[in-house]
Amino acid sequence: MNHVSDDELVFLHYGDGPSPESAEHVEGCAECRTRLRALGDELGAALAPSAPPRPADYGAQVWARLEPRLPAEPARARVLRPFGRRPWRKLTGLAALAAALVVAFLLGQRFPAPSPPISAEVRERILLVAVGNHLERSQMILVELANAPTDVPLDVSAERASADVLVSANRLYRQTALRSGETALAAVLEELERVLIEVAAGPEHLSPADLGELQRRIEARGLLFKIRVVGSQVREREKAPPPSAARAS
Amino acid sequence: MEDAAAVAKARAGDREAFRLLVERHSHVLFRLAYRMTGNEHDAEDVVQEAFIKAYRSLDRFEERSEVGSWLFRIASNCAFDLLRSRQRRERLVDGREPEEDAFARTPSTDPDPERLAASADVRRKVDVALARMSARERSAFVLRHFEGRSLDEIGHALGMDVNATKQSILRAVRKVRQVLAPVVESGAAS
Repeated sequence: MNHVSDDELVFLHYGDGPSPESAEHVEGCAECRTRLRALGDELGAALAPSAPPRPADYGAQVWARLEPRLPAEPARARVLRPFGRRPWRKLTGLAALAAALVVAFLLGQRFPAPSPPISAEVRERILLVAVGNHLERSQMILVELANAPTDVPLDVSAERASADVLVSANRLYRQTALRSGETALAAVLEELERVLIEVAAGPEHLSPADLGELQRRIEARGLLFKIRVVGSQVREREKAPPPSAARAS
Repeated sequence: MEDAAAVAKARAGDREAFRLLVERHSHVLFRLAYRMTGNEHDAEDVVQEAFIKAYRSLDRFEERSEVGSWLFRIASNCAFDLLRSRQRRERLVDGREPEEDAFARTPSTDPDPERLAASADVRRKVDVALARMSARERSAFVLRHFEGRSLDEIGHALGMDVNATKQSILRAVRKVRQVLAPVVESGAAS
């Protein structure tokens, strides 16, 4: 097979249904793995633009401007609904990706592989890439929180929303890690999950005292350090030649 | 009061219940709108428009859905519409095609490694890449990359099928890579 195209690598990076052939090729091709890592580095540098801060009473301000513009009554419920309307899916991209990977991973262990087959090695590689990306995203949130100034209230609504998404994915990765005997990884994911839950369930605006307390907890657990260590271990395992390739050479 | 209960009350004409939803979700919608439009005033307009649309379509809210996701989808759609009309306006005013001409006009990447290595510069480069994107590319990229939404969700919010969504993301990623590759390479080399 020819090298995997840049487009396929993008799908692989985001977990958006790369073909089994592509995934298998990347697994055994050092050049494509290097290209995938380069893509991850480039896209990883593309952080979201920082939105200008809004005041704590922003919602009230929005309402004050909005209320005069609202119609007297909202639209009444109709008896009939159009066919084909799909409910808004709860799973966000990360959670869906996590679920797909974990299900694929577990199914692959229990049932004969479908055609074309994806080897256990390939599944593990894909899982490693996904976990690596998950740790990077989680780290970004924790770094932002850990380095935020504690002299003013902080709007953490975006971090809160992201944490909410990451919690679901984290839970699946942790369970998979436990089933696979990856106890060290599972332990770090468990610690990470506690903090993510705390952020996701917390208020959208943290007082200086609350933020300081959260920062102390992150620091006391050495969580950022642990995530960096485990993340780099995961990335190293990604880079390492697969056992099958090592056997072949 | 839970979001779903607030929607039910608002649907029955309780404006205070709708106020609760506005106050609860404004920050997140503003953040999303800003990421999609890259402009504070446009983002404010999107937030207002999104809540008006939500109010008018309360009857269409699916009770099994999450209110936050429903509002998120409406706001994404409003921001997408605003981006498209903004680019149409630009075309009418000076006849340029945002997807192509803006791409050509934007300065090429600065080769100075020290300057480019700074995170502020990386952010500026990301802004440049976002400015080079069409409304469709930018919306799809923001929702996939920054917001972590699935292809289905993005397609649903922007009214595109999965293939069109994928193509938009691919084109956007190419533009991001074009500006960031030299930065990341120089950062890795130093």
